[in-house]
Amino acid sequence: MAASSSFLSTASLSNPKSTISFASSVSPAPIPSLRRVVFCSPFSHRRVMTVRSKIREIFMPALSSTMTEGKIVSWIKTEGEKLAKGESVVVVESDKADMDVETFYDGYLAAIVVGEGETAPVGAAIGLLAETEAEIEEAKNKAASKPSSSAVVPSPPPATSSPAPAAAASDGPRKTVATPHAKKLAKQHKVDIGSVAGTGPFGRITASDVEAAAGIAPTVTPPPPPPSPAAAPAPTAKATTTSSPPLLPDASIVPFTAMQSAVSKNMIESLSVPTFRVGYPVNTDALDALYEKVKPKGVTMTALLAKAAGMALAQHPVVNASCKDGKSFSYNSNINVAVAVAINGGLITPVLQDADKLDLYLLSEKWKELVGKAKSKQLQPHEYNSGTFTLSNLGMFGVDRFDAILPPGQGAIMAVGASKPTVVADKDGFFSVKNKMLVNVTADHRIVYGADLAAFLQTFAKIVENPDSLTL
Amino acid sequence: MQSAFSLSFSQSSLTLPNRPLCSPNAAPRNLRFCGLRREAFGFSPPKQLNSCRFQVKNRRIESFDYDLVIIGAGVGGHGAALHAVEKGLKTAIIEGDVVGGTCVNRGCVPSKALLAVSGRMRELQNEHHMKSFGLQVSAAGYDRQGVADHASNLATKIRNNLTNSMKALGVDILTGFGSVLGPQKVKYGKDNVITAKDIIIATGSVPFVPKGIEVDGKTVITSDHALKLESVPDWIAIVGSGYIGLEFSDVYTALGSEVTFIEALDQLMPGFDPEISKLAQRVLINPRKIDYHTGVFASKITPAKDGRPVMIELIDAKTKEHKDTLEVDAALIATGRAPFTNGLGLENINVATQRGFIPVDERMRVIDGNGKLVPNLYCIGDANGKLMLAHAASAQGISVVEQVTGRDHVLNHLSIPAACFTHPEISMVGLTEPQAREKAEKEGFKVSIAKTSFKANTKALAENEGEGLAKMIYRPDNGEILGVHIFGLHAADLIHEASNAIALGTRIQDIKLAVHAHPTLSEVVDELFKAAKVESPASTTPQSVKAAV
Repeated sequence: MAASSSFLSTASLSNPKSTISFASSVSPAPIPSLRRVVFCSPFSHRRVMTVRSKIREIFMPALSSTMTEGKIVSWIKTEGEKLAKGESVVVVESDKADMDVETFYDGYLAAIVVGEGETAPVGAAIGLLAETEAEIEEAKNKAASKPSSSAVVPSPPPATSSPAPAAAASDGPRKTVATPHAKKLAKQHKVDIGSVAGTGPFGRITASDVEAAAGIAPTVTPPPPPPSPAAAPAPTAKATTTSSPPLLPDASIVPFTAMQSAVSKNMIESLSVPTFRVGYPVNTDALDALYEKVKPKGVTMTALLAKAAGMALAQHPVVNASCKDGKSFSYNSNINVAVAVAINGGLITPVLQDADKLDLYLLSEKWKELVGKAKSKQLQPHEYNSGTFTLSNLGMFGVDRFDAILPPGQGAIMAVGASKPTVVADKDGFFSVKNKMLVNVTADHRIVYGADLAAFLQTFAKIVENPDSLTL
Repeated sequence: MQSAFSLSFSQSSLTLPNRPLCSPNAAPRNLRFCGLRREAFGFSPPKQLNSCRFQVKNRRIESFDYDLVIIGAGVGGHGAALHAVEKGLKTAIIEGDVVGGTCVNRGCVPSKALLAVSGRMRELQNEHHMKSFGLQVSAAGYDRQGVADHASNLATKIRNNLTNSMKALGVDILTGFGSVLGPQKVKYGKDNVITAKDIIIATGSVPFVPKGIEVDGKTVITSDHALKLESVPDWIAIVGSGYIGLEFSDVYTALGSEVTFIEALDQLMPGFDPEISKLAQRVLINPRKIDYHTGVFASKITPAKDGRPVMIELIDAKTKEHKDTLEVDAALIATGRAPFTNGLGLENINVATQRGFIPVDERMRVIDGNGKLVPNLYCIGDANGKLMLAHAASAQGISVVEQVTGRDHVLNHLSIPAACFTHPEISMVGLTEPQAREKAEKEGFKVSIAKTSFKANTKALAENEGEGLAKMIYRPDNGEILGVHIFGLHAADLIHEASNAIALGTRIQDIKLAVHAHPTLSEVVDELFKAAKVESPASTTPQSVKAAV
């Protein structure tokens, strides 16, 4: 994984387009130019040293550090097409965005191993690249012999249900008879079809038998419970086997998209971190006044709050740190404030890098750009996974306070509510009405202690209540 | 220059001076549908035509009962009959089973009805597809009897229209099994004998069932049974992956069955252009609940009985050793069609069939056992095996009538398109790429390919049906179109621009600049023409590559 992410960082920073070059499983030829030379030289025999096996695997790139599998959106090139180095070959959907993947090598796309709409784990071969046309055939054979996943998103069959399993199961299958769909699912989920118990007519193995063996909940109305879901081999145990309550009659099941799966995974991971919460009421009269002044210049409340948080973090570095291995503080040199944005079908956190250093107007511009990219699913990995602190605002809905869940890899997340006119009493017993915003920070107690967090919040409140410093 | 599809009226020596009503100004008679004229839809032609026939009768030189007798009232026979009446021939058509033959009752018509259902079913069930439009469809289901009725009602309607159209035109429909007694003499039914100046045999074909396969009509079926849709099996094995097997796989998978193909050759869909069949496999087979065995024969198929499923034994096509045994709920035999030529009395005129097919020359004239042409005897359609398609039969019928009424006519089979009505559709006309390259090598010219994707077409994208490919094989030196293949939405309708061009000998450079409406799928074909690079320039006056006589 480390190797591919290094490709990732160099490629994305140097490449102006949103493309990634995939790495090949074969080490690059030592002196590629030698192969182009035509003269017969005494050194020609040395060419044998250059890589002989000219069939390279194209594998699923890791488009983010959290990506474990990707879905092929579409193949830009088809089997047999010539590829030039740097050309986009396939579009892959990661948990965050759709990326064009380029080829590192010239050659021919000999075989497509994982087709459109199919998913493959990061690092798995998704296609084969042959250097010359002659090798396309060889590559195809190689592809055919690979245990490739040939099934696509299973579409639910119509109302006709399979007949009752009957006593066929007791008959004991003399040879494995499996339906076409069952075979495809078995390949996709890497289930050994021979070990699945068949409950279909005449003892045949049906799609639902394979799904049960793989531990996946079926995508349609639940089938009659299989007699013995035993014999499920180890690799399929990744799916959860907790029994879920039966579905209500009108329930519809919609599988997670890649982004939703990623959010779910992150949330579950966060359960292993010990967190605590501290709340603080912040007086926003001054901030609101400033906002009115700078709004015409394109500054948003998000930018104001992010800058305020950034400046406060500069004075309290431990809140900007994280605990990556459970036994050390990992202080970050930059203050990158990620802001949670709800987009259609999901949630993403574009990052405002160096929020403390950039001025307010620049920050706002950057923010607008990031939101645009987020909405069209074109965020680059470094634009969403480089956050050191997160800001989440639900004030626009009228929410007064809420608790955010700490994203993995960060030390703290700030949840901001709406700024509401509130009656306050001073020590002399006089009432006045002031705008109050309730801020609630969730932090990782392995590194951030109560006093640290409270002090941070005090600083934050001071900055917000004297906001002239924000415009510096 | 006569083209295969010329349906214009030309004044011939046999037509009479007072026939102003049979003029091109009459109602559009040239509408064809699946080889059927517009009369098939219940529009009856002007009554005055009957009077033409009476006058023709008086002019006949010899006293035959009829000018033309056609054995078989299928699409081929019907097409020939209508054209014959237009030309003023006294015509009789003999039918021993049902009018309309295979196409109307057991072929094109009911299968397209079922495919219409399967297409919609597939679309409605594709949640992803619906969502992309912003639509929500609650669980789509179907009633098997309702679907079967749609097909059979359509067949009945078309059959009735056909019969009425022929009756209205004055064609005598003679019921009974027909056979040739001798030159210009035909027997039908028990013992009715009639004489005719010319005879056309158009008896068609039946599904071919290889030996070892036991058909019971319920669990082991042919296309004849399948089109009645008496049941939708959970798992059906389809023997043969040509266009019939492919269309049925589309129907059955849309209705919820799983399919296993059994193909004797090493490739699925062997008859198509290889590039198209590769793409078709990717779209029509891989993502569906279909698997396949290639390079195997089904040596023995036993129907389901006594609580056992249908058993299919597979043997390797080359070594003939046993490979596998399949246990499925049903098996559909789609291994091609055999000509229906038994009992036709061919021995009476010394004609021997070759594997059941009646040998004919390029003008559909029957060739006897000594290699000589049998005078006044023709054979069209599936029975001669030249091109077993409904519209080919009817085109051949028209060609024969043209010849019989004094105009020589040779049908250019390379200009006849063919289509497979899966979703998306596949269509083709002319040569495949390997065939074109072979011809090019033999005759010494270069071949170029133009390709375009449906992904570039606005209408296709609007319908979210961007999956498709169109391909044109042509000669870059003179602009001749050698073949066009289309895989995509409405491919069966789009091919006709290309087939017309081939029929009329139109060169690419002469139609390149023709305008197509936007946004339509036809722009896919337009793109093909525009993408072609031809060396010789466009002509200012219409020219053809060669006169497709």
